[in-house]
Amino acid sequence: MSASQKLHINKDWCKGCGICVEFCPKDVLQLKDGKIDIKAEDKCIQCRQCEILCPDFAIFLGGDEE
Amino acid sequence: MEKNIKLLQGNEACVEGALAAGMNFFAGYPITPSTEIAELSAQKLPRIGGRFIQMEDEIAGMAATLGGALTGKKAMTATSGPGFSLKQENLGYGCIAEIPCVVVNVQRGGPSTGLPTSPAQGDIMQAKWGTHGDHPVIALYPNSVQEIYEVTIDAFNNAEKYRTPVILLLDEVIAHMREKVDFDSVKGKEVFDRKKPTCPKDEYLAYENTEDLVPPMADFGSGYRYHVTGLVHDQFGFPSNNSEIADTQIRRLLNKIEKNKKDIIKYEEYKMDDAEVAFVAFGSTSRSAKESVDKLRSEGIKAGLYRPITIWPFADEKVKEISENVKNIIVAEMNLGQYVNEVKRVSSDKCKVDFYGKINGHLITPTELTNFVKEAIR
Amino acid sequence: MKVSNVVKDNFREDKLPHIWCPGCGHGILMHAIARAVSNKGLDRDKVVVVSGIGCSSRAPGYMNFNTLHTTHGRALAFATGIKMSQPDLHVIVITGDGDAAAIGGNHLIHACRRNIDLTTIVFNNNIYGMTGGQYSPTTPTNDYGTTAPYGNIDKTFDLCDLAKAAGATYVARSTAYHARIIEKLIENGLDNKGFSFIEGISVCPTYYGRKNKKGNAVDMMKSLKEDTIDIRIAKKKPELAEGKMLIGEFHNSEEEEYTARYDKIIDLFEKE
Repeated sequence: MSASQKLHINKDWCKGCGICVEFCPKDVLQLKDGKIDIKAEDKCIQCRQCEILCPDFAIFLGGDEE
Repeated sequence: MEKNIKLLQGNEACVEGALAAGMNFFAGYPITPSTEIAELSAQKLPRIGGRFIQMEDEIAGMAATLGGALTGKKAMTATSGPGFSLKQENLGYGCIAEIPCVVVNVQRGGPSTGLPTSPAQGDIMQAKWGTHGDHPVIALYPNSVQEIYEVTIDAFNNAEKYRTPVILLLDEVIAHMREKVDFDSVKGKEVFDRKKPTCPKDEYLAYENTEDLVPPMADFGSGYRYHVTGLVHDQFGFPSNNSEIADTQIRRLLNKIEKNKKDIIKYEEYKMDDAEVAFVAFGSTSRSAKESVDKLRSEGIKAGLYRPITIWPFADEKVKEISENVKNIIVAEMNLGQYVNEVKRVSSDKCKVDFYGKINGHLITPTELTNFVKEAIR
Repeated sequence: MKVSNVVKDNFREDKLPHIWCPGCGHGILMHAIARAVSNKGLDRDKVVVVSGIGCSSRAPGYMNFNTLHTTHGRALAFATGIKMSQPDLHVIVITGDGDAAAIGGNHLIHACRRNIDLTTIVFNNNIYGMTGGQYSPTTPTNDYGTTAPYGNIDKTFDLCDLAKAAGATYVARSTAYHARIIEKLIENGLDNKGFSFIEGISVCPTYYGRKNKKGNAVDMMKSLKEDTIDIRIAKKKPELAEGKMLIGEFHNSEEEEYTARYDKIIDLFEKE
């Protein structure tokens, strides 16, 4: 896993359940207007908890995308 | 030249016919009087590399049959009365998901457990309306062991051609009696295999509204990935609540049968050319009716027999035509009046339609029919 | 739109977002199945995903395999027909607590008994969600459902005990919270040549949660974390297990698989 991997968010799929916000160990995420939002990406330790716990596939740590 | 003839039981002839049509998968559950079909399938299928499975219940038997058909197999299941009732939900699934297979129902006395070892013809309407909602139905009903062999092949052919479950109706008498079967009778008969897609894999529409109304069907595992559901679905197979899609797709299901009636409908006419009294009878009852025709003719009454081999779809035009040419129609069935209502629906006012039914587990005899006709035409 | 490789490879993106409610655990479990398939490197053309009816059973519609959404309770019976007729296919069954244990209970028992190579994942949300919150075979006793307005008097069903007793050769349970663990358990199930039963405890904040005052999705996910204990720990320190649900691998044995047994019958005649 390269350090350059970025968090990607797909607000259209987000249903605002807040699971990713709660279980992010570094408090990187927040809900903004009922949708997922990145608050402090520099704190991200790339654990992918948000990605695997999001029921809606609305957040993930970048793969080989542009 | 040596003849290819065997003495077979009706249920055995059904399995032989199925194998001749290419059956390579059977899933079922034992029930009298259809069990021999499962038994012989269990014995024969592994010998040709096919597979047999006895499921935990009738519902599962129908489900597994459909599962087998989805992988490209020619699949069959067999049951009787109570089992046919249990299969109805998944039979409807097969109709809407357009999965070809053959469902044999050896009719016995009902309702419920009824008369398990006695013949009846009480499932005529259930074959058409047993599962909920409007759906296509092809139901065939032979009347001899030889014909069971041949019509079972027709059942598979119709299933494959029209991508739908086909019901093969038998009754306890024709299923359990033994007659000779000439295997060469089907020499040259076409065995039909379902149409498969040839388009690029990402362009495949499993439920496309094709011109012939029967979209090609891919085997699971063949690389054409698609979705199958019992929900009303679009051309891709995905669920849809769109009223236009619902209307188009459900009408297509019915029209693919309706528009091919000419190909699907088979019947036999016996001494109908100059007939003034016509029997309408099928299955074992039609054998008695045939004998009664000869008896009545020997007494100077111009009788004939119209015997539908295709029970559903109903031959509206043909029966209407008969009703315009005869004075009396006698519908004889081992039930309390099912097919007769269809006959009445299309018959001319000039023709009197009478019904003779029986539900005590005994066959309708030629003598009963002869006497009934004499009374009816008086 | 950007999606992860797991989503790109395993899902029909144009069908997403799915219909499940906000915070429903089913999406997490479905994602875990996709990761397991990717991890195992299965040929997707040879993967069949079969479901019954209910919230859980909507999953296959989103998944880019050969997919079959059958009738209520009958997924395992259809899947058995598929596997039996074409043993080279990988058949995954997604079902729910009502689908698998109530209306489809008989099929579950017999699929376990046959040890046919199906990987079954139950999305257990303890309620009938699709119909609006009626009690299911896994609703805890005394909990509420719309058809248990005075509390559920039924004894709750331990599906893993059932599957093991009925003869499944791989039996495991985890939860939507333990997404990495359940991913691994599903992989183990895919590896097992035989019937694999994996219970995935889900959360239904909309019906079960609301009806039983379990809080929101986050609260319910926290409960999955706090109120469960791995069976290995529970065995060592039983005092920690009190009042908790056991998770982990319960059973893993090797027995001849069903279609392989049938192949031997076919082989008898090929030699003739």
